[in-house]
Amino acid sequence: MITVYHYMILSAIIFSIGTFGVLTRKNAIVIFMCIELMLNAVNLTFIALSRHLQNMDGQIFVFFVMTVAAAEAAVGLALMIAFYRNRESIDTDDFNMLKW
Amino acid sequence: MLSILFYLFAVVSIFSAFYVTKSRSPVNSALWLVTTFICFAVLYITLDAPFMAAIQIMVYAGAIMVLIVFVIMLLNLGTAVKKRYTHALVWGGGMSILMLIVTNFFIRRSIPTGTVGDITTQTIKSYGHTELIGRAMFTDFLLPFEIASILLLVAIIGAVVLSKREV
Repeated sequence: MITVYHYMILSAIIFSIGTFGVLTRKNAIVIFMCIELMLNAVNLTFIALSRHLQNMDGQIFVFFVMTVAAAEAAVGLALMIAFYRNRESIDTDDFNMLKW
Repeated sequence: MLSILFYLFAVVSIFSAFYVTKSRSPVNSALWLVTTFICFAVLYITLDAPFMAAIQIMVYAGAIMVLIVFVIMLLNLGTAVKKRYTHALVWGGGMSILMLIVTNFFIRRSIPTGTVGDITTQTIKSYGHTELIGRAMFTDFLLPFEIASILLLVAIIGAVVLSKREV
């Protein structure tokens, strides 16, 4: 029998993998994809708990998380293109123009 | 049957999520991420949320991933050079394992409670999931819905302004 705990532990595992990717990778686009992975893990928790509590509010929240993720994708990728135009790279080691 | 489906897709999603972080080439990471999204869509169907599964496929695996793959190919990024970042691996792995242990501890000893609504499997079957979502969104959550539309408008303007070459 699959309970809500199974879904929450799966979501915790995926969230940890996403954290691992954000902390270890150097490519900004891969970091961005890992952030999407973390957002998806949270969405899974929302839907599992919404099903468990027999309430629709969690699923509406997932809808807004998806909206924010889409907005983030548009702005974040535009930022990366602007950065690539200046530096010819999107390695996070090169994000040091504000340093003096 | 349902538990076999859950374990199958849970294992596949964990593996593909791990390969998102492990792949050297960003395009491979993107393809593994699509696999994860599709597994999540199947898990949403097992949770009686077919509309969420549909927009997961359309918005995440469709729109966002097309955008990411487009940018990867536009920037012509090669595969990452094989360097050893041992410190980063140790710290990042330590942090994520610590996080996993803490969350597992709290999930195992807690009982999820709250105001229990009246949406049962029977209600979802008779009304349809999309209708229930629409009813909740356009009555109780009308203001957040409008705010989300303004957020999307701001994101469009921001993306256009940022990607212009010179103002």
